[in-house]
Amino acid sequence: MPQKKRSPKPASGGRNSVLDLAELSLRQINQLLHDTDAGDFLIKNPRGAHSLACGLNAPLTVTIGGHVGYYCAGMNKLATVTIDGNAGTGVAENMMSGRVHVKGDASQSAGATACGGLLIIDGNASARCGISLRGLDIVVKGSVGHMSAFMAQAGNLVVLGDAGDALGDSIYEADLFVRGTVKSLGADCVEKRMRDKHKAALAKLLKASGLAGEVDIGEFKRYGSARRLYNFHIDNLGSY
Amino acid sequence: MSGDERWIHTPPRWSATFDPHTIAEIHRAAATGIYDIRGFGAKRKLPHFDDLLFLGASISRYPLEGYREKCVTEVMLGTRFAKKPIKLKIPITIAGMSFGSLSAQAKEALGRGASQAGTSTTTGDGGMTEEERRHSQLLVYQVLPSRYGMDPDQLRKADAIEIVVGQGAKPGGGGMLLGQKISKRVAKMRTLPQGIDQRSACRHPDWTGPDDLEIKINELREITDWEKPIYVKVGAARPYYDTALAVKSGADVVVLDGMQGGTAATQDVFIEHCGIPTLAAIRPAVQALQELDMHRKVQLIVSGGIRNGADVAKALALGADAVSIGTAALIALGDNHPRHEAEYRKLGTTAGAYDDWHEGRDPAGITTQNPKLTARLDPVAAGKRLANYLSVLTLECQTIARANGKSHVHNLEPEDLVALTVEAAAMAQVPLAGTTWIPGRGPQD
Ligand SMILES: Cc1cc2nc3c(=O)[nH]c(=O)nc-3n(C[C@H](O)[C@H](O)[C@H](O)COP(=O)(O)O)c2cc1C
Repeated sequence: MPQKKRSPKPASGGRNSVLDLAELSLRQINQLLHDTDAGDFLIKNPRGAHSLACGLNAPLTVTIGGHVGYYCAGMNKLATVTIDGNAGTGVAENMMSGRVHVKGDASQSAGATACGGLLIIDGNASARCGISLRGLDIVVKGSVGHMSAFMAQAGNLVVLGDAGDALGDSIYEADLFVRGTVKSLGADCVEKRMRDKHKAALAKLLKASGLAGEVDIGEFKRYGSARRLYNFHIDNLGSY
Repeated sequence: MSGDERWIHTPPRWSATFDPHTIAEIHRAAATGIYDIRGFGAKRKLPHFDDLLFLGASISRYPLEGYREKCVTEVMLGTRFAKKPIKLKIPITIAGMSFGSLSAQAKEALGRGASQAGTSTTTGDGGMTEEERRHSQLLVYQVLPSRYGMDPDQLRKADAIEIVVGQGAKPGGGGMLLGQKISKRVAKMRTLPQGIDQRSACRHPDWTGPDDLEIKINELREITDWEKPIYVKVGAARPYYDTALAVKSGADVVVLDGMQGGTAATQDVFIEHCGIPTLAAIRPAVQALQELDMHRKVQLIVSGGIRNGADVAKALALGADAVSIGTAALIALGDNHPRHEAEYRKLGTTAGAYDDWHEGRDPAGITTQNPKLTARLDPVAAGKRLANYLSVLTLECQTIARANGKSHVHNLEPEDLVALTVEAAAMAQVPLAGTTWIPGRGPQD
């Protein structure tokens, strides 16, 4: 268990601080980030720590120099968090706003249930990426694993690579854009027409992720809900 | 009729196997092709607290003077890790029931009633409403598999956090809220289209198993700076293991919901056939706590079919720290009241048997989002009724505790109890009344 020590104020009064997990506890670092309303932070030696920089609630800029464990930047609001490494399960889970950027790969349930902001994953994301998505935009530059966007309610999932089995199973109103192949679509998820407004939304997301001009929007296909399972109907029994 | 004709047929005889309810259900299933969904808890007869009795005082045990000698009812929850444990004046809390399944007025009334009684109330699927936060002195915020309405600001506003793994009415099942109840406000809170039949997930989206749960609990603690008690709620399935695993995962409080526990909407077959009775679940959970030296350090809240002060006292005597009520609280607000009989009849039911809480047509204005119906429930008056009821439960529990010579309700113990049936004796591990026999225990145990 982390110690419940009071967190020391960063030497530079909250701006451009270096926080070293080899010297400070996770509790101290998170408390300090919760107690500060602005500033740039570099977290050194994360060494796969869980729950690092979670619950941020201010427009901070946090860079993490290495790999992180579960729930990094969980429930993020307003902050910009960059992970210079891989992220464990549930990165940016239930994020509300702000921006989280994983420079490596992400494990399962990246961006789970998240409501807003932008999550960028430079590498691949594992299973259940964007599960129960509620408004966050996710851009994965590699591929995503099975059951991604399961029950996704709102928001966008953009995948430059391929998607695994059962993409968008039981999806509600989220939009999924995949450039590569989709191994299989889940229940009630279908390919949909790419209208101008979808192209515009996709272009905006690619631009926000630093990919403007680098990929051709024409290569993407859009997937979403057939809305056949919205009201229980006996003829759809096999799909539930 | 000639003298012998009446002997040709014996009078009509109902089958015990194919009883009238069973036959009606087969006809219903044959007509519709779909299972029955309903609210309320298990309706079949189960071994329950009624099968236990308190012994009271005698020559070797002396009682406390009613009303004059103090019998303390306060409970602290979250003393293990939380910086801000919560203090309840009574050992009875209001269980998590969602806005969506209940009207905003009902949620407000639950908050008002609980606050007057000095206890907590709990959110549910779909998040926290402003009304319930404002009217609840102590509000527990649920983190459910669906995460509908989950918001870190609400988490920070809560007094405690409850991670819901399961519910007694449907251990292993997710929630459901049918389209009739997905009003504009409910839809917005859940980020869903209005009027759809909403399914909620039965597994959490970002953790599976006890090792993950430990990390999840730690994340919630980090987000809320280790201030708030964290509860883990499980349906009574494998209470010994689930309690031990919840403790291992770092829970401050374990909430154990037996199969009689109420629900807003679940398949009847699930309600009646999954999970174990509340009576059978308590001792294994307490045993797990005792073996880990965590009894009273990690608090145990028991729910599922609590109706009166005797039930409260019995749950505490078996080792619970507090109980939680859902169905009884709704009844106290006015659910199933005979004053609505004419309307219950129109819905094909009768006061006392109404359980179509999923349909959103509740004449009492509690389990509905229809503004015409919800307007009928006055949150102030209904809150007062709940406070009255909670006060009766507490007084009854104290009466029993004093009669058994206890100056704190937590001093009630299994030794104060006997069982009326062999089943109850085996489940509660107390002797059959008038004997020293506890089934399953040898003479030396
Ligand atoms: C109308 C209604 C809605 C409920 N909603 C939830 C919920 O959202 N989350 C939850 O964990 N349990 C929910 N429950 C279950 C209760 O929290 C509690 O476990 C149960 O009601 C206790 O049993 P009792 O009804 O016999 O008192 C609900 C119960 C009812 C009656």
